[in-house]
Amino acid sequence: MYRLLRFILVVALLSPVVTSSVFANAEAHHGAPDKELTPEELRDENNAFVKHHTNDSHDFGIVSNEETGTHVGFPLPVILWDGSLHVFMSSAFEHGEKVVESKGNYYKLDTHDGKIYKTDEHGVVMTETTIDKKTKEETVHQLKPLDFSITKNVFVTIFMCILMFFLFKGIAKSYKTGLAPTGAAKFFEPIILFIRDEIAIPNIGEKAHKKYMVYLLTVFFFIWFLNLIGMTPLGINVTGNIAVTFVLAIFTFLITQFTGKKDYWMHIFWMPGVPVPMKIILIPIELIGLVVKPFALMIRLYANMLAGHIVLGALIAAVYFFDAYLAKTAFLGLTFFMNIIELLVAALQAYIFTMLTALYFGSAAAVHEEAH
Amino acid sequence: MENLLDQFSIGLAFWQTILFLGLLLLLRKYAWKPILNSVNERESKISESLELAEKTRAEMETMKAQNENLLKEARAERDALIKDAKETVNTMIEDAKGKAREEADKVQVSAREAFAAEKSAAIAELKTQVASISIEIAEKVVRGELGSQEKQTSLANKLVEDINMN
Repeated sequence: MYRLLRFILVVALLSPVVTSSVFANAEAHHGAPDKELTPEELRDENNAFVKHHTNDSHDFGIVSNEETGTHVGFPLPVILWDGSLHVFMSSAFEHGEKVVESKGNYYKLDTHDGKIYKTDEHGVVMTETTIDKKTKEETVHQLKPLDFSITKNVFVTIFMCILMFFLFKGIAKSYKTGLAPTGAAKFFEPIILFIRDEIAIPNIGEKAHKKYMVYLLTVFFFIWFLNLIGMTPLGINVTGNIAVTFVLAIFTFLITQFTGKKDYWMHIFWMPGVPVPMKIILIPIELIGLVVKPFALMIRLYANMLAGHIVLGALIAAVYFFDAYLAKTAFLGLTFFMNIIELLVAALQAYIFTMLTALYFGSAAAVHEEAH
Repeated sequence: MENLLDQFSIGLAFWQTILFLGLLLLLRKYAWKPILNSVNERESKISESLELAEKTRAEMETMKAQNENLLKEARAERDALIKDAKETVNTMIEDAKGKAREEADKVQVSAREAFAAEKSAAIAELKTQVASISIEIAEKVVRGELGSQEKQTSLANKLVEDINMN
C-alpha cells in the first residue's frame, strides 16, 4: 500500500513533464499538415482542448491524436434510461463518429460537450419544440436520454473507493499486531489525529465529535485523494465537477440537519436573546444561511479544482502556443511551479471542506448551557 | 450559472451518492472504528502508564524513607542487644563467683564442725578411760591402806577427825 502511494506521489510530481510529452506527441502529428492555422484558430483549439480535459467523458482516454484519429485508452460502459434500459460499451460510438442503435433507439455522442443525444438512424439529433404560452416564444430542446453511464469520473471514483478501502483496512489491521503505528499507518495516523484534534474536537466539542469522525475522515481523504489523482497526467477532474461537489455538500447538509439539536433549531426559528421583531426578521435570513452554507461548500471545491486544472492546461498550451524557446522554457517552469501549488491546493481544499463541515456540525451539535 | 447547470450530470451525482455512501459505511466498519479505537486505547494506556510511573516513584520515595527508618531502628536495637548481652554476661560471672565463694565457705564450716565433734568425742573417751584408770589406782591404793587393822583404825580416826573439824 505504501509503495503504491509513493508511486502515485511520484507520478503526480512528474505530471507536468509527462503531460508535456503527451502534448508534444499530439502536436508533432498535428503541426505538419496544418501550418496555415491562424493564431486565433490555434487559440480556439487550445481553449477547446483545455475545456475538454476538465470535462467528464464516456471513455478513459490516455493519448489521442485528432489528426490520424487514433485514440489510446479503454472504453467504459454506457447506461442509458430512455423508457427502457440501454447498456453498451462506449467504444460503439467510435468517438462520436458513429450512431449507435440499441433496442430500436439511436444515440450519438457529441464530442464537444461529451453528452449523448437521441437521434434518428442518420444521426440527426431529435428535437422537441415547446411554446411558451405567455410570450409565444418557441424553444427547441435537443432530446437527451437519462445518462447513468459509468463515465471516467465514476470509474476513477470506483477505483479510489477500492484503493481507500484497502488502504485504510490495511492500516486498521496493522494496529492488531501492536498499538504503535507501522507501515502506512505511520504516514496516515498523524493526519487522522490532526483531523480529530485540530478539526473535529475544537469545532464540535470533546463529547459530540465522536459520531461525526467517520464522515469527516472519509470526506477528507476522499477529496484529498481525488484531488491528488487529478494531478496525474490522465486528465482526471473528479472534484472539479459540480455534480461531485454537489453530492458531497448535500451529505454535509443532510447530516447537519438530521443531527441538529434543539439549540440549533432554536437559533434558526427563534433566535434567543433578541427582541421579538428581530426574531421574525432573522428567520428567513437563517433559512437562507441554511442553504448558502452547503452551496458555498459545493462552489468552493468545484471552482478551486476546476480553476487549477484550467490554469495548468492553459500554461501547458502556452508552452506550444509560443515559438520562442525562452518562452517555452519559462512556461514549462511556470507549469511545474503551478503543479507544486496545485499539490498544496489539493490538500488545502480537502482541509477547508472538512473544516467547514466540522464547523456546521459543531453548530448542529452545540448545546448552550447559558442563555444568550 | 447556465453553464453550471448544463454541466451538471444527474448520472454522475447518482453514482457519486452510491459510491460515497458505500465508502462511508465500509470505512466506518473496517477502518475508522478500529483505527480510532486503537488510537484511543493507546492514548489511555500512555496516560495510565505515566500515572502509574508517577505513583511508583512516590511509592519508591516513601519506601526508601521507610527503609532508612527501619535500618536506623535495627541499628539501635542491635546496640541495645549487645549492651544487654554484655550486662547479662557480667551479672552471670558475678553470680557464679558469689555462689562459688558461698559453697567454699559452707564446705569450710562443715569441716570445722566435723573436726570439733571428733575432738569432743575423743576428749570424752579419754575422760572415761582416765576415770577408769583412776578408780583402778584408787582400788589398789585403798587395798594397800586397808591391809592391816591399825591402818584401818587410823583411817577411821582420821575421817572422824575430818568430820569433827567440820
